[in-house]
Amino acid sequence: MAAIELRGLTKVYPGGVTALDSLDLVIPDGEFFALLGPSGCGKTTLLRTIAGLETATAGSIRIGDRDVTGLQPGARDVAMVFQDYALFPHMDVTDNIAYPLRIKKVARAVRAQKAREVGERLGLEKLMDRRPGQLSGGQQQRVALARVMATQAQAFLFDEPLSNLDARLRLEARTFLKKLQRELGVTTVFVTHDQAEALAMADRMAVMENGHIRQIGTPAEVFQRPANTFVASFIGSTPMNLLDGVVRGDTLEVAGCRVPVPETAAGRLADGEKIVYGVRPEYLSYAAEGPIAGKVVLVESLGASYLVTLEVGEDLVQVTVPEGREPELGEAGCAVPRPDRALVYRDGELV
Amino acid sequence: MSTDAAGLGRVRASAFVAPALILIAVFLVFPALWVVLLGVTNYRLTGLAAADPEFVGLDNFVSALTDGRFLDSTWLTVQFVLGSAVIGQAILGFTLAKVLHGRVKRFVEGLVILAWILPSAVVSFLWIALLDRDSGTLNTLLGIPGFPWLLDHPMLSIIVFNTWRGTAFSMMLYGAALGNVPPSHLESARLAGANGWQQLRDVIFPHIRGHILTNLLLISLWTFNDFTPFLLTAGGPDGKSEILAVHVYKVALQGGELGYGAAVSTVILLINLVVAVFYLRLLREQR
Ligand SMILES: Nc1ncnc2c1ncn2[C@@H]1O[C@H](COP(=O)(O)OP(=O)(O)OP(=O)(O)O)[C@@H](O)[C@H]1O
Ligand SMILES: [Mg+2]
Repeated sequence: MAAIELRGLTKVYPGGVTALDSLDLVIPDGEFFALLGPSGCGKTTLLRTIAGLETATAGSIRIGDRDVTGLQPGARDVAMVFQDYALFPHMDVTDNIAYPLRIKKVARAVRAQKAREVGERLGLEKLMDRRPGQLSGGQQQRVALARVMATQAQAFLFDEPLSNLDARLRLEARTFLKKLQRELGVTTVFVTHDQAEALAMADRMAVMENGHIRQIGTPAEVFQRPANTFVASFIGSTPMNLLDGVVRGDTLEVAGCRVPVPETAAGRLADGEKIVYGVRPEYLSYAAEGPIAGKVVLVESLGASYLVTLEVGEDLVQVTVPEGREPELGEAGCAVPRPDRALVYRDGELV
Repeated sequence: MSTDAAGLGRVRASAFVAPALILIAVFLVFPALWVVLLGVTNYRLTGLAAADPEFVGLDNFVSALTDGRFLDSTWLTVQFVLGSAVIGQAILGFTLAKVLHGRVKRFVEGLVILAWILPSAVVSFLWIALLDRDSGTLNTLLGIPGFPWLLDHPMLSIIVFNTWRGTAFSMMLYGAALGNVPPSHLESARLAGANGWQQLRDVIFPHIRGHILTNLLLISLWTFNDFTPFLLTAGGPDGKSEILAVHVYKVALQGGELGYGAAVSTVILLINLVVAVFYLRLLREQR
């Protein structure tokens, strides 16, 4: 178990794609760290570079107290779960789990013992003699996890390990994985496309864009206070309302309406400045009277609540409304921001 | 479910299959049976027995299996198959497919395919020009004029020749097979610390097992029945490179003993069958 420290890490693929651009990141010992970002932003590349499957173009990687930048993957003492699990089809579950131990020349009996222990822990005891082809997706995923656990590596790297599972199983696996990581206390880097997954599982997370890290923080921080408009529009199951506006004394003029300056930005704005006003639909409430007045143009069901779209001048503002209180189409209504949750961005960065 | 999906009826359906069956019968089954039949007669190319062959039972087979020349020839064929097909073509082909990348790979592929598609007559002429003792290219390159490769090392010559000739096929086949090995499996092994040999053993070979066996089956049979070495050494000197295909040609067509030659051919057919069944068994075995 060890911390992971990246300094100025850069990866340029042959052909000139800069997948990682001078990236700095410290993941403390025992942390569950999620990497999130749109497709092609360099998440997989970052993970593979840490594992040593890609060589860094510049910068350094430290795992624990060792500089591993120039080491072979096998010498780095990290274990990885691949998206397709990469189980060997010709070996049974026991041999698959014990494979890294076999390479490390651990005695056969010790290997089998260890595989059985880990397998039992993951509920695989009845499947130990089967081949991967005879297992369901969820079972294969547990075998892949077991193989990683049996290695007792310094760090675990997961590349979208849940993406092959169906929605139901994914929820189960999520909880399971989180609990397991807690118990083992191994530093874990987890790549995912699914922000709900990152928000639910990670101790801390990073949001990436084009090989850069745009924000690092706890899921709550990233959700509540996105550091820039990129993160703001990327995170959240319903996108954040981002409205152009201008500072007018101690109010903001947004979409033709006047809203109070949010608590977070109070005293830090100059009169006449151009800003972007950001507030999540979840932090807006719908009322007959309020600062942002408009007309209801769309009502979408989210299950237990409704997403109501208001047309405010030229702009659209989305509000979540609890079920049973959804407005009629065409009705005039207002959105009321929660003052402690509204945010102001200047030049794309949080004020 | 109906077994007659196209609604043709038995007669019309048979009519569609008949031409293929007739072709197979005329050109494959009938000659094979004819050879087996000839094998139990004393049929000759010329002379009395040519006009009126007699049934001689298993005599031909008995004399073949007790004939030193036949047994020597079988042993040479085994060497030829192991040396040029299994060790030569398969291992060299796999190594080339594994090691070469990018432009070099395409270049080498082009060269070896050329070796594969050129007609045997042309290729053997090229090799005679290469190995000729007085004005051969090889001796000139090595600076040892007068060294008689085909006389001093006839088996080595035809083994190298056939390896050169047939490596393209194995290389292409393994190239395609290697492309199917999932990269994540290799990477998973590398992360566990597996070295090159361990990656071969634990990831690559299990994945391409079927390709390896199919490849070995085909090239073993092709090499076993290959007649081209005759064009290089004519089985000589003194029978030192007389593999079975050449042996049959010599006894049956040069020696005129068609009955005896047919018996030897039948034995070759049986050996081929055994080899094929052996590989197919392995292929079908649970992985
Ligand atoms: N082997 C490669 N050669 C060249 N460019 C590559 C290679 N692999 C990835 N890239 C490029 O590097 C960038 C980052 O790719 P990467 O696979 O890390 O993205 P990602 O964040 O994992 O995306 P996704 O969420 O779709 O898996 C992309 O622009 C991609 O096209
Ligand atoms: Mg990826």
